[in-house]
Amino acid sequence: MGFIPNKLSDLPAGAAFEGGHPTTHTGNWRIFKPVLNKDKCRNCLLCWIFCPEAVIKKGSDNVEITYDFCKGCGICANECPTKAIEMVKEG
Amino acid sequence: MIKLQDITEEELLYGSLACAGCGGIIALRMALKVLGKNTVLVLPAGCLMATCGFFPQMAVNVPLVSTAFPSTPSTVSGLVAGLKVKGKEDITVLGVAGDGGTADIGLQALSGSVERGENFVYICYDNEAYMNTGGQRSSETPYGAWTTTTPVGRNKMWEDKPKKDLLRILAAHNIPYAARTSISHPREYMDSVRKAKETKGPAVIHVLAPCPSGWGTDTSKTVELARLAVETGIWEMAEYENGKYKVTKIIKNRKPVKEYIKAQGRYRHLPDEEIEKMQKQVDEYWKAMS
Ligand SMILES: Cc1ncc(C[n+]2csc(CCOP(=O)(O)OP(=O)(O)O)c2C)c(N)n1
Ligand code: SF4
Ligand code: SF4
Ligand code: SF4
Ligand SMILES: [Mg+2]
Repeated sequence: MGFIPNKLSDLPAGAAFEGGHPTTHTGNWRIFKPVLNKDKCRNCLLCWIFCPEAVIKKGSDNVEITYDFCKGCGICANECPTKAIEMVKEG
Repeated sequence: MIKLQDITEEELLYGSLACAGCGGIIALRMALKVLGKNTVLVLPAGCLMATCGFFPQMAVNVPLVSTAFPSTPSTVSGLVAGLKVKGKEDITVLGVAGDGGTADIGLQALSGSVERGENFVYICYDNEAYMNTGGQRSSETPYGAWTTTTPVGRNKMWEDKPKKDLLRILAAHNIPYAARTSISHPREYMDSVRKAKETKGPAVIHVLAPCPSGWGTDTSKTVELARLAVETGIWEMAEYENGKYKVTKIIKNRKPVKEYIKAQGRYRHLPDEEIEKMQKQVDEYWKAMS
């Protein structure tokens, strides 16, 4: 996910610019990784709406977590009513 | 009220450089989900600008104008006028500024834009200090809090003034729509954003958006703390619409204020009698409101 610019002309310039140029995969800031237990997920979408990084995806039976931009804040695990997400130390 | 199932999967904000667990990012992401791609965003100096729109970073997927610290509502006004001339009035002009950018340095410009009755949506994400410059107090810093300019130490110079009441300031302008809400209540908050979009004229939303770095809290507790602020009665959810001030969430059994205070590093120094004083103030406020 995300557009990483390759050349100078891909980059925004000036005080007003078009959207969509994340340049850092913030996933490598992570110390703890959210791991989903699909069986416990009731698909309530609370983690999905609260995730600041928009890395949780909607699915038909359960959500799915992607990791490129996940900073490991732990909000998803804290808010999950069924404790379906566990924060695991990155190796 | 909006259902989470019906909210779009389209993401207009990702890849920001904000601290993990930033409440301001949650506020902006949710707002953009409601407003959609046909939006122009204005951000002034502050954490959201610095973490979402600083060259070459650009984490928002709508056009962005970065403006000076006091000028968000003025820039919004200019865009509204320009789009009108171009016949593009279907585009939502959204200004998003912090508590400092809104209640302090941007207040005069906001008052002007609201008074002129221009058609825009404005969101103040309130993290209760000047977080982008390291956490100085603002007029939205609550009583008792530590900031770098209200140090605690021996002289006990913690913040000694109450928060500025932005919603009532806007109500005094007889604004068409304004709300005080919280990121902990996404349905209510996003409903306010929808109403703001539908309002013909100025609409301003004041949303509580905790900052783990400035509040001395764990990154995972951002939403929980915003919820506690509501459940303790410290943060009243309310709206001003059609000339009426209305409390939108009445908490039957308010949790003790102490629960909220004790959970945050910025109140670590506060003696129990001060917390009791705060509890009394909250109780008196709700008694007067009922
Ligand atoms: C005129 C002016 N004064 C001071 C600054 C420095 N400055 C940049 S961001 C900021 C604090 C912003 O606080 P707030 O609006 O609450 O947003 P936050 O950083 O908390 O998100 C300050 C003082 C500036 N950019 N322009
Ligand atoms: S909060 Fe928990 S139960 Fe709800 S969707 Fe997320 S993982 Fe599933
Ligand atoms: S840890 Fe934080 S960033 Fe990662 S998925 Fe959970 S809420 Fe999103
Ligand atoms: S300092 Fe606070 S408001 Fe600023 S990016 Fe970090 S968490 Fe967000
Ligand atoms: Mg602030």
